[in-house]
Amino acid sequence: MAVQALDAARLPIDWQRLALPVALIAVAYGLIPAYASSYLVEAILLPFLALSLAAVGLNLLTGYCGQLSLGSSAFMAVGAFAAYNFNLRVEGLPLAATMILAGISAAGIGVVFGLPSLRLRGFYLAVSTLAAQFFVQWALTKFGWFSNDNPSGVISAPHLAVAGFSLDRATGRYLLSVTTVIVLTALVWRLVNSATGRNFIAVRDNETAARVIGVPVLKTKLLAFAISSFIIGVAGVLWAFTYLRTVEPAGFNLDRSFQILFIIIIGGLASIRGAFLGAAFIVIFPLILSRLGAFLFGGLFDSGVLDMSQRIVLGALIIIFLIAEPNGLSALFDRLKRRIGSRSS
Amino acid sequence: MSYYDFLFVIEVLVGGLLSGVMYSLVAIGFVLIYKTSGVLNFAQGSMVLFAALTFVSLVERGIPFALSLLITLAVMVALGFTIERTVLRPLVNRSPMTLFMATLGLSYIIEGAAQLVWGTQVHGLDLGIDDTPFEVGGILISSFDLLAAGIAAAMVAGLSAFFYWTRIGLAFRAVADDQFAALAVGLRLPRIWGTVWTAAGFVALVAGLLWGARLGVQFSLSLIVLKALPVLVLGGFDSILGAIVGGLIIGASEKLAEVYLGPFVGGGIEGWFAYALALVVLLVRPSGLFGQKTVERV
Repeated sequence: MAVQALDAARLPIDWQRLALPVALIAVAYGLIPAYASSYLVEAILLPFLALSLAAVGLNLLTGYCGQLSLGSSAFMAVGAFAAYNFNLRVEGLPLAATMILAGISAAGIGVVFGLPSLRLRGFYLAVSTLAAQFFVQWALTKFGWFSNDNPSGVISAPHLAVAGFSLDRATGRYLLSVTTVIVLTALVWRLVNSATGRNFIAVRDNETAARVIGVPVLKTKLLAFAISSFIIGVAGVLWAFTYLRTVEPAGFNLDRSFQILFIIIIGGLASIRGAFLGAAFIVIFPLILSRLGAFLFGGLFDSGVLDMSQRIVLGALIIIFLIAEPNGLSALFDRLKRRIGSRSS
Repeated sequence: MSYYDFLFVIEVLVGGLLSGVMYSLVAIGFVLIYKTSGVLNFAQGSMVLFAALTFVSLVERGIPFALSLLITLAVMVALGFTIERTVLRPLVNRSPMTLFMATLGLSYIIEGAAQLVWGTQVHGLDLGIDDTPFEVGGILISSFDLLAAGIAAAMVAGLSAFFYWTRIGLAFRAVADDQFAALAVGLRLPRIWGTVWTAAGFVALVAGLLWGARLGVQFSLSLIVLKALPVLVLGGFDSILGAIVGGLIIGASEKLAEVYLGPFVGGGIEGWFAYALALVVLLVRPSGLFGQKTVERV
């Protein structure tokens, strides 16, 4: 993986490699806003985009820098509630500024909870990230100020607009979401192919060795926590403002953190594409399972059974991926592409 | 501070220590597995749920107490060996993080399966233990907690004896010390791991019965894993003594904090206080109080 990253950085711009992203952007801005049904946008694309972005953020920290975090949804919550408050309390703050400030707030909290990583390794660190999960959720529920004194801590999305254009309709929210995701993903892509990105990988592969060859380990780790939390925070804004529109702190629970972790395991650790493939899988998989269950078992397959079988299948898939394809859907995708390529040539 | 205030502090402290024992009970299951296979088994909580749910469902179907216990134990043995076969063996030699994530998946499977088979309703579990508090020198002590502490002590004594005086125990210690050396002298790693997971399943059953009697047998039982994690971190992942001392410290300070710190911040701090406490200890001792220090090599 490290070698691949080096190669990518050394090569000049490869237009063939850019063909796919360009095509995707064309679809994202051309076809989808024009033809997609509102069900597709509201129920599939919006959660997909928000989760993808969160997974890109977590992948930076866990996949590239090797610091396992179980508190991602806490940073999503920080982002969402910070955006809500900035919007509420600062008159006329542009949407972009709100999102950036929300990301910075999440980054700040991320650095605070990343500080233990300077001393702790592995599981000890993973458990300490749980502290973030529980503390943030508690603070947001306990102090009414965060939700403008809503009795149950619920926040609702404000009116979304950029330069006077309202983005409150599904298509508008979709465009906001997709633009944010594309911009941040492009930045992350630049980052992981830069010297900093290689420092991340060095710290992941062997921290002591990285320190010996002069990688500033402490700085690198904190930077990974900050950038990752920033991105996850913005993903939280998308989740709250464009997808759900109304969220409570309990919506950002441990299960959501695990969900994002599962996305990067299934999609592929240390792969940006993997974050998107994994998120697509996580969003679509329950829909397929419920259809399939209803088709096979009919009325026996009620929502309780669906919920449980979803857990079982998801858990099994995690284990199967870890055993059979540790690099996730991303690696599977590559193999498929090679096979098709060799057949056609 | 008056005499009664003093008594109250003692009462809170004792209550905290006893509930800490309940945390230790769960944490010991983690330690067993971590020591011998280097896996932080996140599924321990769901094993607790699975064991308790199986037991209570059998009892509700009219099967006698002792027989239900035996059947549940047999199920846990089967579960332990199945996990070894299907999850651990294919993942041998992979990084501890990979194994941890696999146990995360495993916990989803076990939780889902337990509730798919036995349903999601809350079961009451009556072990026939009287839970009226009694008084010692002006302090109220829960007899249930005291009994739980006794059971935990007996279990630790039993496990220690098992580790030190039996051949399998010796093999456990060898594997914990050095997996490769253990393999080289001909120990059968798969069988040992299967046995360890079974032992952890047994611990889960005991914990499940006691916690289940306290809280009712339901999904939230698997969440006690989140109570056990700070205990583990505090004590060190690979020390049974650490699990016990960690449990006592967390139980006692959690209760004291709830009473004396809680009112200042609006209460409800039990969700994260243990983690904050564990973090503070970790910053001073990064491998917990009794954990083995890791040697770093390039």
